Amino acid sequence: MSSNTQELVQPGLGRGLADVARSRFLLKLLVRKELKVRYRGSVLGLLWSYVKPGVQFIVFYIALGVFLGLEKSPRNPDGLSNYAVYLFSGIVLINFFTEALGNAARSIVHNGNLIKKIYLPRELFPIASVWVSAVHFFPQIVVLVIACVFTGWQPGPFELLAAIAGFTIVALLATGLGLLFGAANVYYRDSENIVDMLLMIATWASPVLYAWTMVQRQLGDVAFAVYQANPITVGVELFHYAFWFPTTNGSSPMPPDLFSLWLPVGLVISVLVLVLGQITFRRLEGRFAQEL
Amino acid sequence: MANAIEVSGISKQFVLRHTRSIKETVVWLAKGRRGDLSKKFHALKDVSLDVKAGETVALLGFNGSGKSTLLKHISGVMLPDSGTVRTRGRVAGLIEVGAGFHHDLSGRDNVYLNGAILGMTEQEVNDRFDAIVEFAEIGEFIDTEVRFYSSGMYLRLAFSVAVHTDPEVFLIDEILAVGDEPFQRKCIDKIQELAERGKTLVVVSHDLDLVSRICARGVLLQHGNVLFDGPISEAVSRLRS
Repeated sequence: MSSNTQELVQPGLGRGLADVARSRFLLKLLVRKELKVRYRGSVLGLLWSYVKPGVQFIVFYIALGVFLGLEKSPRNPDGLSNYAVYLFSGIVLINFFTEALGNAARSIVHNGNLIKKIYLPRELFPIASVWVSAVHFFPQIVVLVIACVFTGWQPGPFELLAAIAGFTIVALLATGLGLLFGAANVYYRDSENIVDMLLMIATWASPVLYAWTMVQRQLGDVAFAVYQANPITVGVELFHYAFWFPTTNGSSPMPPDLFSLWLPVGLVISVLVLVLGQITFRRLEGRFAQEL
Repeated sequence: MANAIEVSGISKQFVLRHTRSIKETVVWLAKGRRGDLSKKFHALKDVSLDVKAGETVALLGFNGSGKSTLLKHISGVMLPDSGTVRTRGRVAGLIEVGAGFHHDLSGRDNVYLNGAILGMTEQEVNDRFDAIVEFAEIGEFIDTEVRFYSSGMYLRLAFSVAVHTDPEVFLIDEILAVGDEPFQRKCIDKIQELAERGKTLVVVSHDLDLVSRICARGVLLQHGNVLFDGPISEAVSRLRS
């Protein structure tokens, strides 16, 4: 009989993210559920993930590019050339981060009913949130690529690798912070508000809307290094390198040491945050069921 | 027979937190930790319980005696403060029917989702899908969103998914009281069939007549202690007295 061949095991002790890899079927279904439920009953459905960033892009472009003069034009030679592409390539990445972290931080409390009643690897919920955001991110990338092609973009393999690296850094960071704040949110609902605040800062603490050279001019070397060490900054700059830079005449400077120094730094920080998030999550998850 | 569940000396304390915000915690710390920020009580006190494979056990007791908490420890939802819990084979907890159901998804999607939540693989759900729908008597409504289901249909589908996960250990919390008479009988038949096939059952219910029919052994809990552990008839008569 099968029950005699199996060992006695302690229930409820997961192996963290390793368990998620083993529950891919469940992860797939959770992601599918999220996608189905999100736009249920809305006429535009998934189109909303195009409309919202589209409107956001137009608002920023007019306000910053035209009114505040960030766009390069005959009357404004100091501006950024192809500011629209510059802006959009940063916005899609920051939107991915915002959505991923915002939802991951709420995912545990949101699924509290299930977590209280059935044991399953709880890391699945933040991971599924990040995954769903990646699904929403994809169509935006398609729009970006089309815009780039129209402005004369010819990607090489190095550009594509830079884009993948940028996405990976941001995805790891969102997952790590999502685990951390998702677990903390069970104990202190303040965590959600902290995340909202962080997300507001994140948009402005990386060169999404403006150029990195403006930051360097204002900050000293040390402060600029801190600014550069932000994994989101690195991710956004890698996206600029991949999508925007090839559409310009190449005269705009890229941040120094982007590939030799900041890419590895961003990656290492993201991985460290992920490890920290996982450790905190495992420490707190034992009491999820009674605290929710 | 080997043990399917070994609970040895577990204790669980619950903290009744009065506050849930950082602000109040900080204020409390600043005041030199005066006053009671939290109150504790023992939900389980040094509880031990061995269940052999194939046994049918009822956990009895009044509200707040720790029955459901014990069940949650066996399923792994909660971890004990001290002591250990060990189980053998797949454990399916029907802590609440339909806990993993989502109202906006169709019956079909919910079968897959709930099956996966209870630990089934994609292959297993595919293979058993027809049997699940047939047992639940859902028929053509399987592609309707479950929020349009009657409570009976909802329950039947959820129960059907759970019994088809084919677990070694089956934990049931207060679910047999619902559903209409014929379906209730069908569920009980199914549960008895599982018991005859050597599955282990642990049932929590206030329906004493029902558990007397299903279970052979009764464990009486009071304020987190095991008061009695023996034949079901004696456990029931003790509880009634």
